[in-house]
Order: sequence, then C-alpha cells, then structure tokens
Amino acid sequence: MEGCKAFIIGGSAGSLDVLLKVLPVLDAALRFPIVIVIHRKHGTDSLLPDLLSTRTKLKVKEVDEKEELKAGFIYIAPSDYHLLIEQDGTFSLDYSEKVNYSRPAIDVTFQTAAEVYRDKLVCLLLSGSNSDGVNGLKSVKEWGGLAAIQDPATAQVAYMPAQAQLKVAIDRVLKIQQIGEFINLLSNS
Amino acid sequence: MVSDEQVEVLLSDLLEQYGYDFTGYSRASLKRRILRLYLLDKAVSFGEFRYKINNDHAYFKRFVEQITVNVTEMFRDPAFFKKLRDEVLPMLGTYPFIRIWLAGCSTGEEAYSIAIILKEMNLLHKTLIYATDLNPAVLERAAQSMFGLNHMKQYSENYILSGGTEDFSKYYTANYSLAKFDDELKRKIIFSTHNLVSDHSFNEFQLILCRNVLIYFDRELQQKVLNLFDDSLEDLGYLALGTKETISFSEFSKKYKRLDVEKIWRKIG
Repeated sequence: MEGCKAFIIGGSAGSLDVLLKVLPVLDAALRFPIVIVIHRKHGTDSLLPDLLSTRTKLKVKEVDEKEELKAGFIYIAPSDYHLLIEQDGTFSLDYSEKVNYSRPAIDVTFQTAAEVYRDKLVCLLLSGSNSDGVNGLKSVKEWGGLAAIQDPATAQVAYMPAQAQLKVAIDRVLKIQQIGEFINLLSNS
Repeated sequence: MVSDEQVEVLLSDLLEQYGYDFTGYSRASLKRRILRLYLLDKAVSFGEFRYKINNDHAYFKRFVEQITVNVTEMFRDPAFFKKLRDEVLPMLGTYPFIRIWLAGCSTGEEAYSIAIILKEMNLLHKTLIYATDLNPAVLERAAQSMFGLNHMKQYSENYILSGGTEDFSKYYTANYSLAKFDDELKRKIIFSTHNLVSDHSFNEFQLILCRNVLIYFDRELQQKVLNLFDDSLEDLGYLALGTKETISFSEFSKKYKRLDVEKIWRKIG
C-alpha cells in the first residue's frame, strides 16, 4: 500500500505481550500514526501509556477527545469509552452501549476509520478471546483498506484472529516478529 | 445504507421540522447511532426512514431518544464523587441555599447519586437539583426513580468507593426486577427539559455538572455550551465535566482553577 495514513491495532487477552515486543522495533520516523485499542479494565488509565512509552522512540499518549491524529504518535484508546475517528482526521469519544461486551470496542474504531481512510488504512487484529474486531475488519475490506491479523498459531488466545480469518478475506497473517518490520515497510512504500 | 450526505439531510429535516439542532454534533458517533436505529427498526429504505421521522411524531421522539446516548450509572467514576463529597459539597454547605444544575441527566442515575451524598451530609433539605435533558422520554423514566435491580451490586460498590459508609440498600426497595429509590431523594430534584444547543441560561448555580455530554459536540458547540455554563455559574461556583472532557481550549479557561486531578473547575475571576 502506498501512502498509508493510519495503522490501527486492536487486541484483547494476550495482546499486551505482543505490543511490548513490536513497539521497540518501530521506526522513530513512521509516516503515519498508530492507534491502539485494547480491552482493559476501567480505572487503570494512566498505566498503559506509561508502560508502552518505555518501549518505543515514538510518542505514546492516551487520546484526548477532538485531538488530531498525527504521524510520530502512538495513540491509546482511553478505557471505558469507544474511540471513533471523524472525517476531518480527529478523534472523538463516545460512551454508548458496550459492543461485543467491550468499551472501547475494536469494531467501532475500525469501522469509523475505514470510512475515513478507505484504501489508506491498515488494521491489525491481535490475540483475544472474543470476536470484537471481526466486523471491523470486514468494514475495512469493504472500504478498500488492508486487513491483517496476528497468526493465530502465535497468539496466546487464538480465538479473535482465528474468527477474523474464518469470516474475512485477510490480506496478511503475521507472526509476532514480522509485525514491526511490516509496519516499518509500510512507511517506506 | 445511510451515507454521510443522507445524515446531513436528516439533520436539516430535524432542524426545519422540529427545531432540534444536531448540526454541531460529532458526526462519527451520530452516524453510528442513526445506522444502528436504521438496522434495529429494519427500515426498508432511506426514503421510508426519512418520511417516518418527518411525519410520525411518535417515531420522531423515538429517533431523538435513540440517536442521543443515554448510558449512565450511579456513582460512575467513584473518585469523582469522592471529591464532590470531600471538597466541593462541604464548601457549598456554607451557603444558606444550594442550587445545582445537572445538565444532560439522562435517566437520572447521577441526580440520585448526588441526592444521596447531600442527604448523608445533611444538606439535601436546603438544596435544589435541576436535572435537565433534551429528551422528555428519559426524564419521565428518571422521575420514576426506578433502576434495574441487577445494577445494584455495581452501584453499591461504586458508592462505597466514593466514600459512602451507609448500607446502600437502605436507599431503595426491591420491586420485582427493579430497585425503587426513596421518594425523599426525589423531592429536591426538578426534572425538566432543556436543550443545551438552543435554550438559554435559566438560573444561577453554585455547581454545574455536565459529564460525558460535551464529547458528542464539535469544538464550536462545546464552546457555546461552556459559555452557557459560565453565564449560569456564580463566582466561586464549580463546574464538573466528564473524565475525558476539558475547558482548556475555551476563551474563559483563565477564570477557572482546576481542583487537582478530577475534572472539576472553580470559577475564580
């Protein structure tokens, strides 16, 4: 894909370990923003960005509402809100019903991003134990974006990426050690 | 199914037909809500959906109720309510009469939460809580003071984390699947419609709470609503917003001082 505008990662149980391995590999000069939506317990807000920022040269921050997406940043979805992307390339937050028993729901971020970035979007679904993200990947494909998953064989909990593989025409199946390189290459193409 | 252009068509219909202005709402969330309702009600076509909203008043009411987010809970973000209990309300307690505005109160869970704290502080008798929402249907539910019994375990935990020391269950009686809260709590709450987009200031308050409402508005509308709050807040009054909301971009933020970590600001200038 040429001119990728955003790379969004969704994950649940077993995905934090993957992020901790992938982030150190990432190029500090990535030309698109990375957005991370992972399921976590409400009330542990500041811990995740702090933890992740120790592993990367990119700037890590929890999303503020109405914030503009910028290259060079890794954005973390706040706990207990859905994270949406607006047509003008800003984030918005939403406290509506849980989706797939989850808030933030990966589906919501994937789906809203799909309509905004269309064929300039890559979404990656990691390890997890429910099927959140699967419908989102479907939308990504419908709008011309690229759908990737963590190889279920390498996932601590294979269910989520396996469900995606079953229901969506996945473009890339990546082992953990391939993910960082895949992202860096996207930035150079 | 419903395109961005069609969303705009509906918004201009609502404004022309009913005087409800949603044009300052953030679109991604709004479009998701509209699409959700479209699927939920199995609309045959956009044309039919639009016709029904414009011509069937009962359906219009349902539409407004469904596209606005009405998810709320009692003592949500317990640390916030602890701050109210420990710092803000004791200060308000020094006034002879306390006026609180809860804007965007939805089904009323926060109004009853605040009433419970005030009652425990022996301040409820000299307080009036104006709980407003644009949506008449949610206000009717709020006024019934009945919430799902299945939520009580969570609410009781929140209550304790927010500094409550009573037995939470003493505030309600179980009635089949519902918990009916004491009428005494309700006596000092006035539920009333108010539209933050189009209605004006209607009183002066010492505390205004509006949590997780501004996130649905664009910056321009956020500023407009913050101005409305500023006009409605007495000097040294408090403004409380949701965990992810801020006044920092606003023209008047210099007049306000934040109480450390919680999203509560005091009007100082």
